Amino acid sequence: MADQNHKLAIFRGRLKFKSNVQKIWGVLIFLSIVTAIEVALGIIKPEILLNYFLGIKLINWLFIIMTIIKAYYITWDFMHVRDEKPFLKNTIVVPLLILIPFLLFILLYEGSYIFEVMFDGLKAWNFDIY
Amino acid sequence: MQASTLTKTKQNSWGGGTKPLDAGYGKLMMWFFIVSDALTFSGFLVSYGFSRFKNIDSWPIADEVFTHFPFLHGVDAPMYYVALMTFILIFSSVTMVLAVDAGHHNDKNRVAFYMLLTIIGGAIFVGSQAWEWKNFIKGEYGAVEIQNGQILQFYDLEEGKRIPIDEFAVSSTQARVTHDDNVGIWYQSESKLPEITLDEVMTGFNNDIDLTVRLETLDENGHKIILSREQAEIKLASATRVVKGANLIRNEYGNPLFADFFFFITGFHGFHVFSGVILNIIIFINVLLGTYEKRGHYDMVEKVGLYWHFVDLVWVFVFTFFYLV
Repeated sequence: MADQNHKLAIFRGRLKFKSNVQKIWGVLIFLSIVTAIEVALGIIKPEILLNYFLGIKLINWLFIIMTIIKAYYITWDFMHVRDEKPFLKNTIVVPLLILIPFLLFILLYEGSYIFEVMFDGLKAWNFDIY
Repeated sequence: MQASTLTKTKQNSWGGGTKPLDAGYGKLMMWFFIVSDALTFSGFLVSYGFSRFKNIDSWPIADEVFTHFPFLHGVDAPMYYVALMTFILIFSSVTMVLAVDAGHHNDKNRVAFYMLLTIIGGAIFVGSQAWEWKNFIKGEYGAVEIQNGQILQFYDLEEGKRIPIDEFAVSSTQARVTHDDNVGIWYQSESKLPEITLDEVMTGFNNDIDLTVRLETLDENGHKIILSREQAEIKLASATRVVKGANLIRNEYGNPLFADFFFFITGFHGFHVFSGVILNIIIFINVLLGTYEKRGHYDMVEKVGLYWHFVDLVWVFVFTFFYLV
């Protein structure tokens, strides 16, 4: 069993915990802080973050990055991927890292292309009689 | 003996005699299921993104849709409730890890206690989601659908805010009764009539000169376009029906796809949470019966734990893409 050899450091070894239980609470505090920042940003919506960067608003980039950070700590610490052998880690993570960005790219690109066709196209698609 | 095996297999972990993955059969299969399920959910969320990018100039604004908080009626509280739900789910994830940790120490009572907390957390989450669905289906302001299928929401120019249709609609004296199959031909009936008819809404609109409508379309700042009174009258001439709340065909918030994806993705996730709660209850009973104590290890707790964390993980993404982005 892997019970005696939990890796007890997060943030690349900057924060070390004495026991596994302490690490769990530490990760909970971290995840709560990130969620609180997300909710606060979602309610305040600072003007400066509403500018676009690579077709998506800065604030949305922040949300996506924070979500991925949360996902990392849930899988690495709650699901104990940190303690697994590298082979198992890669078996889980690599297929997702290849397939999801691929799917994301083709479908979002296609979606904005269809938007442009319907927006600029010669044919009317919105049959508004007035 | 062991040292020589180690040096020999350093070059080739798959040569036999070692455990390259060092995980039991059940745990490995749970991980493979999770990977495939993660791909299923990314398929759903990406198709939501596809539809949203396709209608990028007219997608409903989530802050205007999910504004309820329990016991705070009429208070505009966007996102607080989903934030609370997220926190509840993350917390139940924590109690699950604590149960797994207690299992590593073969501490039956603590495993049972933390499993119970996890089950309670999951049940609260499913209940909250049901409440969220109820508010979404019931609707708040109501709107009117026009002939091209677009939704027009009513707006009070004087007060500068949206106005619910039941506040200005003039109730007419002509009451039409729902046609049930017990009063006419037995195979002819109709579904429940809307509480407010289109005529009542239109009369109310014509009586109050301050009212106008909002389009589905967004301006460059991401706000819905508010028409002038004259334009609104022209648009409303082609009104076909009153829409209140949301279903799979139309919803008062705008694009029907928004409600479709909301029902489908949160429903599928809610189903996962529900089955997770059932699995947790089964494991909890087994813990109480001492099944794993006899077996000598609590691996089953770890396996359902993986599933439970995965459900939490999916919710983190659903929360971001439905409520924040």
